[in-house]
Amino acid sequence: MKIVIIDYGAGNIQSIKFAIKRLGYEAVLSSNEDEIRQADKVIFPGVGEAGSAMKMLRSTGLDKVIPTLKQPVLGICLGMQLMCDHSEEGDTQGLGIFNAEVKRFDNSVKVPQIGWNQITNLETHLFDNVQNEEYVYLVHSYYVSECIDEIARTEYGVNYSTALQRDNFYGVQFHPEKSSKTGEQILKNFLKLDLRN
Amino acid sequence: MKGVNFVDLRDAGDPVELAAAYAEKGADELVFLDISATEEKRKTLAKLVLDVAEQLNIPFTVGGGISSVEDVDILLKNGADKVSINSSAVKNPDLINQLSDKFGSQCVVVAIDAKNIDGKWTVHLVGGKVPTELDLFEWAKEVEERGAGEILFTSMDHDGTKNGFANEALARLSSELNIPIIASGGAGNIEHFTDTFKKGKADAALAASVFHFKEIEISELKDQLRIAGIPVRIT
Repeated sequence: MKIVIIDYGAGNIQSIKFAIKRLGYEAVLSSNEDEIRQADKVIFPGVGEAGSAMKMLRSTGLDKVIPTLKQPVLGICLGMQLMCDHSEEGDTQGLGIFNAEVKRFDNSVKVPQIGWNQITNLETHLFDNVQNEEYVYLVHSYYVSECIDEIARTEYGVNYSTALQRDNFYGVQFHPEKSSKTGEQILKNFLKLDLRN
Repeated sequence: MKGVNFVDLRDAGDPVELAAAYAEKGADELVFLDISATEEKRKTLAKLVLDVAEQLNIPFTVGGGISSVEDVDILLKNGADKVSINSSAVKNPDLINQLSDKFGSQCVVVAIDAKNIDGKWTVHLVGGKVPTELDLFEWAKEVEERGAGEILFTSMDHDGTKNGFANEALARLSSELNIPIIASGGAGNIEHFTDTFKKGKADAALAASVFHFKEIEISELKDQLRIAGIPVRIT
């Protein structure tokens, strides 16, 4: 299986690479369109600020590539947020894959949310063998407002969509690569996804 | 969710193996504090960070001797999730802004060591040896405004005593600030953890020796916390 982690200069991708290696697979980093298109699975990571991350995607043309991919794609953290319509962070236009708005937590909770929290209302094979209310690790100041593409929910001051799916596109707000055994199961599920089923 | 963190893998055998073992036992996060700051040691640290990142499936923070954006860049690239800065933040507060702007506040932990001197919580440097003019609460506020994502507060009065955490100061920090506060120094028994979450309003509690010498088992601690009504991750 060929796994490509999209490399566009945003954030620390070492941990994702290692997490995949612990599952017995090898992932390559790439910003090359052909290599990304030929992959069986694509991971779209991201840590940092939405506006500058989008700028990097545009300058490399990846903003046009990602929405047209046909294989399973998993956006992680900021990666997932960039796959939405729009983010309040820097008033940024996203890739528009998910019909969703990214908003900032208000100050009734500590911002950023850093730490473990629960996932509920789990849907799709991404969460096979994951129990309702299991804990995952999250680090973020912005969240995806509840939307129709939601496949998992987290509560932090508000209920928000902590995982999304539309067609072959998946997104998780949490870091599966840092979420202990629960995260490993979710990554494993993603790598096992077969769109023909 | 309240976190149980484990700190200090300095002289504890194979740090990579130990880290994996603590993750397996249910620690929520690990903190590595390597106090050495020489060029040679820093290279060793980067390699250690890479080895840990390869094995560990929970987040970890690295601290000690970090004084520049370049230092942090190396550690993050090798797989650290967060860095902890202490003396270098006091000497050069602008470093907090620089790190937060470049890497995001979520990976910038500012560690503060303080002692209560005649009713005034005073910030200390060099592992609590050197007093500064800074007031804990004023400094913590400034640290937050400059973009720190978390504060790791160690009370030098409580550290090593095993008599419990500095809950009064912690509760005040927690009420005055809007970023997570990690309590450190004083853990001796399970009740101390319960108290620091309930009375100290801490977001996470950090300890080393009670876990290292198996005086407290993490699984037992978390069971007890859950029974006390504190939300924790049970593995």
